[in-house]
Amino acid sequence: MNYPSELKYTKSHEWVRLEGDVAVVGITDFAQDALGDVVFVDLPQVGKAVEAGSAVAVVESVKTASDIYAPVAGEILEVNSALSDKPELINQAPYGEGWLFKMKINPADLNGLLSAAEYQAVAESQ
Amino acid sequence: MVPFAGYEMPIQYTSITSEHLAVRGLVGMFDVSHMGEFWVKGPGALEFLQYATLNDVAKLKVGRAQYSMLPNAQGGVVDDIYLYRTGEEEYLMVVNAANIEKDWGHLQRLAEGFEVRLEDASDFFALIAVQGPNAVAVLQKLTETDLVSRKKNDTFMGKLVGKWARFARTGYTGEDGYEVFVAPDEAPAVWEALLEAGVTPCGLGARDTLRLEAGFPLYGHELTDTTNPLCTPFDWVVKGQKEFYGKQALLDAACERRLVGLLVEGGIPREGYRVLGGGKEVGVLTSGTHSPVLKKGIGLAYVQPEWAGVGTVLEVEIRGRAAPATVVETPFVKR
Repeated sequence: MNYPSELKYTKSHEWVRLEGDVAVVGITDFAQDALGDVVFVDLPQVGKAVEAGSAVAVVESVKTASDIYAPVAGEILEVNSALSDKPELINQAPYGEGWLFKMKINPADLNGLLSAAEYQAVAESQ
Repeated sequence: MVPFAGYEMPIQYTSITSEHLAVRGLVGMFDVSHMGEFWVKGPGALEFLQYATLNDVAKLKVGRAQYSMLPNAQGGVVDDIYLYRTGEEEYLMVVNAANIEKDWGHLQRLAEGFEVRLEDASDFFALIAVQGPNAVAVLQKLTETDLVSRKKNDTFMGKLVGKWARFARTGYTGEDGYEVFVAPDEAPAVWEALLEAGVTPCGLGARDTLRLEAGFPLYGHELTDTTNPLCTPFDWVVKGQKEFYGKQALLDAACERRLVGLLVEGGIPREGYRVLGGGKEVGVLTSGTHSPVLKKGIGLAYVQPEWAGVGTVLEVEIRGRAAPATVVETPFVKR
């Protein structure tokens, strides 16, 4: 299982990569493995203001539907439209082409999230 | 691994989709040893089974099998079963694992007054289903018994990798293949031999997506103690010209809802989701999934009869949003 050290993480298995004041959000390698083959993704509306911890997207595998939560507060800037045709990108490249959405955030809010080592401990205790 | 009717069973060995596609394209196998098996024996076995099941057992010759159901007194279904005639006065009934106790009690009560002996043999059989377009060819290499020229629903004894086995050309995937009953202590050797022959092991996840593509019911979902089989695509099982337990109640009931297949766009339908017609609720999903072959959402739903015609446009409510759905013929995927 892969836990890139440059990313921030949530206990609910999202990752965040900061690019300026834009946060790129996806689900972790651990999460995609637990879900199994992803077959459908419900993405948020661009322009929507979201609270930290609110359910903003849904990733569905053959097995189950799983809510995706906003790691921090902000505004949805962009969604990964490639996922509507190729949801399997989430399984193939969870930290790359399988990203879910981008948010405009206050970078200071990321301090409350988990480091790679902290997240790895959370994931491996499950 | 998940607990299932008292057994620990895998949802998947590698991935539901790849296991599913292995069965559709080549060959896969399922350990379905959790299924229950009852022997029904004696001079009154035929008469008893005619009374206790819906299909016509008189048509069942030795060495043949049929799909059937156990009716209750109210026109509902105690269980759906497979019945194998193994001898002149000997039948093997395969029942759902979750229903073994219920079925056993039910059959014991019905058997009073018949010249019949029931034996619960569930612990004496392991069951491996080998399914897919290459299933018969792969199995044939592991036995001297002729498998290739047998017909669907044939059943017979033979040796598989040197172990005595009951073969049945049956299954729950919509593909060709065999279900093989073996002694539990010999099952691991058979499983290993099949693995070595290149058969893909498949879990409960693929078992469910395959049976749904094939349009088969799953007890507890499409069939229950309160569903009437005449309101389903499996109404052909009911043979009204014979007498059976609860016949009048079953034949008299009107269908308030009918079971239909739905093809769904823009989301994965799941059990319990509401079905909308003209904006109001007209039914409910009993099973739903993503079809790996069609790459679309498929489901089985009970809907009001006026919305049940093939081609009817409906909607399925997925997380508060209405996803377009169309009533289609089942099976969703034909061999």
